[in-house]
This record gives sequence, C-alpha cells and structure tokens, in this order.
Amino acid sequence: MSKTLIGILSFVVLFPVFLFSNPFFTAKDYSSDNGKAISLEWQLPNTFNELRIERIDSTNAWVKIANPAIDEQTYKDANEIEPDNRYSYRLIAFSPLQQDSLVLLSEAVAIAQWFDYRKLPLLILLLLVCGAVISYILSARSGKELYIRRINGLESMDEAVGRATEKGKPILFVPGIGDLDDMQTIAGLTILSQLAYKSAMYNAELIVPVSKSMVLSTAREVVKEAHLKAGRPDTYRADNVFYLTDDQFGFVAGIDGIMLREQPAANFFLGVFYAESLILAETGFATGAMQTAGTAQPHQLPFFVVACDYTLIGEELFAASAYLSKEPNQLGSLKGQDLSKLLIVLMILAGSIMEMLGYHWLKNILMLD
Amino acid sequence: MKRFVPLLITFIVGIIVLSSEFIPHKPFSSVNEGLENWFLIISGFAIILGQLSLIKVNSMKVADKAENWKFYLAGLIAFAVMLLCGILWGTQDAKGLLGNGDLIIAILGKKPFEYLFSNIYQHLSATMFALLAFFIASAAYRAFIVRSFESTLLMIAAVLVMLGRTSIGTSFTAWLPQQWKFLHLPNIADFIMNYPNNAAQRAIMISAALGIVGSSLRILLGIERSYLGGSD
Repeated sequence: MSKTLIGILSFVVLFPVFLFSNPFFTAKDYSSDNGKAISLEWQLPNTFNELRIERIDSTNAWVKIANPAIDEQTYKDANEIEPDNRYSYRLIAFSPLQQDSLVLLSEAVAIAQWFDYRKLPLLILLLLVCGAVISYILSARSGKELYIRRINGLESMDEAVGRATEKGKPILFVPGIGDLDDMQTIAGLTILSQLAYKSAMYNAELIVPVSKSMVLSTAREVVKEAHLKAGRPDTYRADNVFYLTDDQFGFVAGIDGIMLREQPAANFFLGVFYAESLILAETGFATGAMQTAGTAQPHQLPFFVVACDYTLIGEELFAASAYLSKEPNQLGSLKGQDLSKLLIVLMILAGSIMEMLGYHWLKNILMLD
Repeated sequence: MKRFVPLLITFIVGIIVLSSEFIPHKPFSSVNEGLENWFLIISGFAIILGQLSLIKVNSMKVADKAENWKFYLAGLIAFAVMLLCGILWGTQDAKGLLGNGDLIIAILGKKPFEYLFSNIYQHLSATMFALLAFFIASAAYRAFIVRSFESTLLMIAAVLVMLGRTSIGTSFTAWLPQQWKFLHLPNIADFIMNYPNNAAQRAIMISAALGIVGSSLRILLGIERSYLGGSD
C-alpha cells in the first residue's frame, strides 16, 4: 500500500518535471491568418548554442529557412506558404562543446481562417462607433433637434462667395494633391459641391485646378450638377475645372501663377496637402485673398493656421458637407461621431490609468500584433 | 436610377472591403488587391482625360491670345517635347520608337527624356521647394507676433524649440549641473516636441480617423451624395 502511494506521489511530482524538461518542437497553422504562415514553437535544454530550422521544399530536399537565436522559442514561417498545403519542418540544435546535435521533426497544414480573431476588439469598436452614428441618424430622422457647434471656417463660405461677387473676381478651389482613393479628397469634393452651388446662385466664377485625372472628372461632374441644381446650367464652364499636373511642385507653380494672374477674391484649399501647403497659403495671403483651408494632415495644419483666415482642423473637414447641408440625417451622423469621440477619450483615460497601475490587459487586447 | 446604381455599387463594394479586413479567407483576402488594380487601370485611362484637358485649356488661351499667352505656349511646347522624347527614345530601360538613341546618349550622356528630367525638371522642382524656406520665415514672423495669451505661449514654445535645436542654444544652458539637466534647452525642446506637440497631433489624428469613419458610413448608407453631384 505504502509502495503504491510512494509510486503515485513520485509520478505526480516527477512527471511534470520530465514533461517540461523534455525538448519539444511543434509546427501548427498560424492562427487567424489567410493560410500564408506556419507557427513554430520549441523548447530545448540550455546545453545547445546554435539552432537551425529547415523545411522540405517542392523537390523533397531540406532547405534552411532560419537560424533563430538560442534564446528564442518561436518562429513564424511566412515564406511562400500556400493554404491547404502540408509543410514538414525540422529543428536542428547544435552543441559544439559536447559535439552533439538534436533533430526534432514536426509538420503542419496551413489553413485560411474565416475570421481574424486578433481583430475582434477592432470589430467591436467599429460596431460601437457605427452604432452610435446610426442611432443618432435615426434619432434625427424622428425629428429630434440636434445641437451642432458652429464651425467658423464653413460659415465663411457665404462671405467668400459674396466677396467674390462684389469684387467681380473668381473663387479658387484646390482639392489638394490626393487622388480619389483618399477620403480627404472626397471630403473636399463634397464641399466643392456646396461652394459651386452658391457660386452658381450668385454667378461668381469658380476655378478648380486639379492634380489628378480621376479628380478632374469627378470635380467636373460635381460642379456641373451644382449648376444644374442651382438652375443655372448656362453658367457652367467645363474649362474652369482643369487638370494641371500630377507633379507636386509643378502643381504648386501652376496654382501660384493662377493666384498672381487672376487675383481670386477667395481661396479654398481643402483636401490632401503636403509640403506645398505653405507655398500655396502664403502666395494666397500675399494676393490679399480671403483664405479657407482644411486638411487632416497634422503636420500641414500649423502652416494653414498661420497663413489662412479660417482652417478646418482634421474632423471638421469631414464634417463640412453634413454641416453645410443642414440635413437631419447628416447632422445626426456628426452627433454620433461626437459620442464615439467621447468613447475614445474614456478608453484613453482608462488605458493610461491602468498602465500606470501596472494592468496591461486593455493595451494588450487593443494591440493587433 | 442614375443615383441608385452608383449608390448600390458603393454600398456593396464598401461592405465587401470592410469585411475583407476581418475575413482572411479567399476571396475576401484578395479583394483589396483586385480593387486597387481596378483603380490603377481606371486612373490609367483617366490620365488621357487629364492630358486632353491640359492641351485644350492651354491651346484655347494661345488661340485667343489671352493675357500672358506666351506662358501657355511654353507649357504646351514643354509638354510636347517631353512626350516626343519619351516616345521616340524611351525612358530608363524602355526603348522608344527609334530605339535608345545611342548617338544622342553619346553626346548628352543620357537619354533625351532623362537629360531634360534631371537637368531642367528637377531643378525647377527644387526651386519651388526652396521657396518654402522664405515662406516659413514670413509665416513664422506673423505667427510669433505677440497679440494674445495663446500667441505668447506659441512664441515662447517656438523660441525654446528653435534654440534647443541649435548649437548656440545648447551652449546657453550647458553650464547647468547634471541634476538640473531637465532645464537644458535641448531637453526642453525634446519635451515640448514629444509630449504637448505629440499629444495634440494624435488628438487631431484620432478625431480625423473618426471623421473618416463617419464620412464613410454616410457614403455607404447613401446619406452623403454630394460627391455624386447632388442630393436628389
């Protein structure tokens, strides 16, 4: 009886020791990916001082894929891995001092997953933000009054059109150097629609030089529709929306020339801007034009703030169309954005406090890798 | 119908692209790549539209003898010369209709297109970029005028950062002992750039990202239609 008991106790105590001291090497599908990676894991006694990982290639030969450091215990093989294929690996551990080596084998099948679980927190956040926006849109549709703070930069549009009409000078609208795949350009074009409508109403000339061909066709369509909506199709001039060049500084040179020759009464710079922002804004300032700028590029905002009368900062650029349209549906979405902003602020505060207290789980679940 | 079809396409494509972010399995994993290729193909065709617009607008100014018409003519000539050089003798490794133009390369040292590119275009481009130095100076002068409490703060921060980034600024506070090193101008400049400046920039980026989500949602749901030319 006592021998049996000692035997059981010995097994309970020694088995984990045996288990964990034993070297192992496993290959398994890399989780939550498109089936283009295999995850390798190993544990070795510290008597080895060189590691090599090899994989069987298409000709059935072992090919070295990595030399991990001796203290590493994982490796992600994403080199020419295809979904639904089986891959065989071997880990070779060398011990030159003992003139010994150990070879461990493993294999795995790469599988494409139907959901990336690492992005689950991101999906939840996205659903929360979208939910907030949609709920406010529905609330606005039901007739609820929504307060939206005044954005001076957008209120300036009437002033700009009025000024251009009085002076008999054109309005210059620059949608930046981004293409249509950038949301800032689309936001700029939605503002162009409102501006073109107002300029058509007051018969003010609107000049729109663009730097991308795709933006050209869209901007022309936007301005044309605005003229039609204003009941002034006769005042639409397709040649006032024109292509200059794709080149950044060539585009700046062209616009600077237009500003100096045409002396526009008002300039609008709304879209994607990089190093050209200050060159444009300062030239416009020198001509005495009333200037409104807006971009989501944080590094260019100071230049616009200094040289322009009004600046739309970051989100204001995206809010512009909704703000100007005064449609309840669109205004509701702005309130939804504000609620999402509050959620983000609370998460930042919670995250900062938890990090200071030494709890890292919030940061960890929000990190994608 | 004119509005409905583009809105439906926008909605379907938007939902597919959004889903592809969370579904790594095919066909979703390759959707983005495919759509980007489509975009490149369409923009390739759209370039012709841009060039035609350029030629038309400039030609009209020249034909009408508009004010400064000579500049428009210069633009058209430059356009034609670069186009011809590229078509006739190619660019970089690509051959043109007349081959590589070995005789011209022997004289100029480069293909005509590359010669014009590196000897004219690049210098003109650099000239425009260099203007930025002067514009920064004039803009900074206006920004640093003390008018209010905020502009005073701006000026103080700017002076500290500028001094902290120069060798003379470093020497001003180099005599301070090590236990006072947080008062060294480079450290103050780093602090201003790393904390208040970074915090403000991130705030703008986060709010802009939320703005993009809101705008995208409005476009996907068909609430925002200005980019289609109107709301009707």
